[in-house]
Amino acid sequence: MSAEPIEVVVAPADGASAFLSVRDLRVHFPTDDGLVKSVDGLSFDLERGQILGIVGESGSGKSVTSQAILGLHKGSRARITGEIWLDGTELVAASEHEIRRLRGEQMAMIFQDPLSSLHPYYTVGSQISEAYLVHHKVGQRAARKRAIEMLDRVGIPNPDKRYDDYPHQFSGGMRQRAMIAMALVCDPKLLIADEPTTALDVTVQAQILELMKDLRREFDSAIILITHDLGVVAETCDQVVVMYGGQCVERAPVDEVFYRPEMPYTWGLLGSMPRMDRTRLERLLPIPGSPPSLIQVPKGCVFNPRCQFSDRVPERRCFTEHPELLATAQGPTGHHSVRCHIEPDERRRIFTDEIAPKL
Amino acid sequence: MIRYVIRRLLGAVVVVWIVSVVTFVLFQLAPRLTNQSPVYYYIARNPPPEGSEQFKLLEQAYGFDRPLVSQYWLWLRNIFRSHNLNNGFGDTQHCAFPCLGYSFKLHSPVSSLIWQALPVSISLAIGAALLWLVGGLLIGTVSGLRPGSIFDRAGMTAALGAVSLPIFFTGPVLLLVFVYRLKWLPNVNYAGITNDPAQWLRSMILPWIALALTFAALYARLTRANMMEVMSEDYIRTARAKGLPGRTIVIKHGLRSALTPIVTIFGIDVGTLIGNTVITETVFNLRGLGHLFIQAIGQKDLPVIMGVTLVAAIALVLANLIVDILYAVVDPRVSYS
Repeated sequence: MSAEPIEVVVAPADGASAFLSVRDLRVHFPTDDGLVKSVDGLSFDLERGQILGIVGESGSGKSVTSQAILGLHKGSRARITGEIWLDGTELVAASEHEIRRLRGEQMAMIFQDPLSSLHPYYTVGSQISEAYLVHHKVGQRAARKRAIEMLDRVGIPNPDKRYDDYPHQFSGGMRQRAMIAMALVCDPKLLIADEPTTALDVTVQAQILELMKDLRREFDSAIILITHDLGVVAETCDQVVVMYGGQCVERAPVDEVFYRPEMPYTWGLLGSMPRMDRTRLERLLPIPGSPPSLIQVPKGCVFNPRCQFSDRVPERRCFTEHPELLATAQGPTGHHSVRCHIEPDERRRIFTDEIAPKL
Repeated sequence: MIRYVIRRLLGAVVVVWIVSVVTFVLFQLAPRLTNQSPVYYYIARNPPPEGSEQFKLLEQAYGFDRPLVSQYWLWLRNIFRSHNLNNGFGDTQHCAFPCLGYSFKLHSPVSSLIWQALPVSISLAIGAALLWLVGGLLIGTVSGLRPGSIFDRAGMTAALGAVSLPIFFTGPVLLLVFVYRLKWLPNVNYAGITNDPAQWLRSMILPWIALALTFAALYARLTRANMMEVMSEDYIRTARAKGLPGRTIVIKHGLRSALTPIVTIFGIDVGTLIGNTVITETVFNLRGLGHLFIQAIGQKDLPVIMGVTLVAAIALVLANLIVDILYAVVDPRVSYS
């Protein structure tokens, strides 16, 4: 009973004007227990040289979205509707054969767990060359040279020696660097990083993020950074999409999200983030409850079972009416859209008076 | 890798030595449990009365009057040197290296008996192993890639049936149908692959099928399960994200990983294979090692029994050595640990 969300943000009619344009993407998985609506009506745009952060809890549809862009659901039972435009090419309707030629070449992905994402039986170097060879008509030797270049570029010492090492001979941080080298070996215009720093310690995490920012400058790539770590978002991203229950609940430039967030879920995320720049006043504020079932999505607003502010909306609209993602007229930079029934002025007042002092 | 191979080789030598001790203890000493001199099993006729001069001479010739360790040492040493053996009735035979004894019952050195029988058994075992590996892997891979498809259901149902059929049932049924009823294959005897390849193939095809069927079915099910598991691994997703074509993903990234457990199981199954070869040879009347072995047991021909046991054990150790090395080739992590 979810209504079609109306795009109020100035959206390109053909979707081809932005470099990457996701329009009303829905990814549903039929299961024995019912239809799992992992992503339900997601839209965003991304330009080259920009980093978009997608944040949300586990199961909010972040990874499913990124895999849909790469067409990795093709051949599975997933039902995908909507449009994904990459540089003028529509990807949802594209055949496996067409999308295969774009994968690795136009768009590449860095996965969460580099140990399980690298094949244990092949050397790191050969796995990188393989990604290069599949899209370039060159010999083994040229591919090897290119792979060594990339290993060097991502900061692996003695790259010509490490080329012949197996993934289990690499440390965690080096594996993630190798994954990045593999993703970048064909100079992709779109790079999707799915929680690239989750398995790494903080020092290595900072190095990897720095590396990604360098690469964005160097190759002018568009980057989607999927994470549940708001610290990483604050440090790296230009734009942020906050996802909850398979939907975008707030979309804004990064400063807006941190300084003028309007959606109660975003407030909750900020409240549960440890801050190093403040003295520790009290305990972190967790969001009560647990993520919604994606089979039986709550009626009305997806966040209503956990929202502490639903009583501020008259006529129980939060429980009966699905809120649209609407532009909110605020902020000097970019668009800011929020999916919430609370009146915009009231939202800002709540944040300033009740939320901000506790953060 | 080389260190790994050397380590395995040394291990294999130790195992072969242990096997030789066990074989010796089992067959040389077991007759004594019934208070019989082992001499009885060596000379192919009724032995001279115990205690007679002739009997003592025979015991001396075979070393049965010596202490146990010394007997083992003599037995082991005799394998490596040529010497003469006699049956105490004036029949003396020369036995050259590798001397596994002389069968006075079959009037032939054990080593040449084994030498004649070995090609039959090796043809049977290797042919069947290839058939079941190729068949099992093929059916398992296709089923595992499309679980629930018609091919998968048909394949797995057939596999369930094949797993439940013993060789002594499938063998005669195959003979009955293809040789006696349909007459597609002549009822032929074994011919060496070098003498008459066509005849060799005709004579081996049914034994191969009979021997391979059960294993092929098991391996198809195993491969299917492995394939399904491997294809959901993260590194398969990485391979797809690289833009590799489907065939490369399935064979180079999927099947390679799915092979590891298969190789392990294969190492274990080589032993069963040798056992099943005996049954198959009996069913199809192939004069291989198994046939020789059964015949020797029937005739209480101890030198032949011991010789075949030793050769079969060495074959098993060698097969496992090859499997171990293969395992390290398939999975590079093995040789480092």
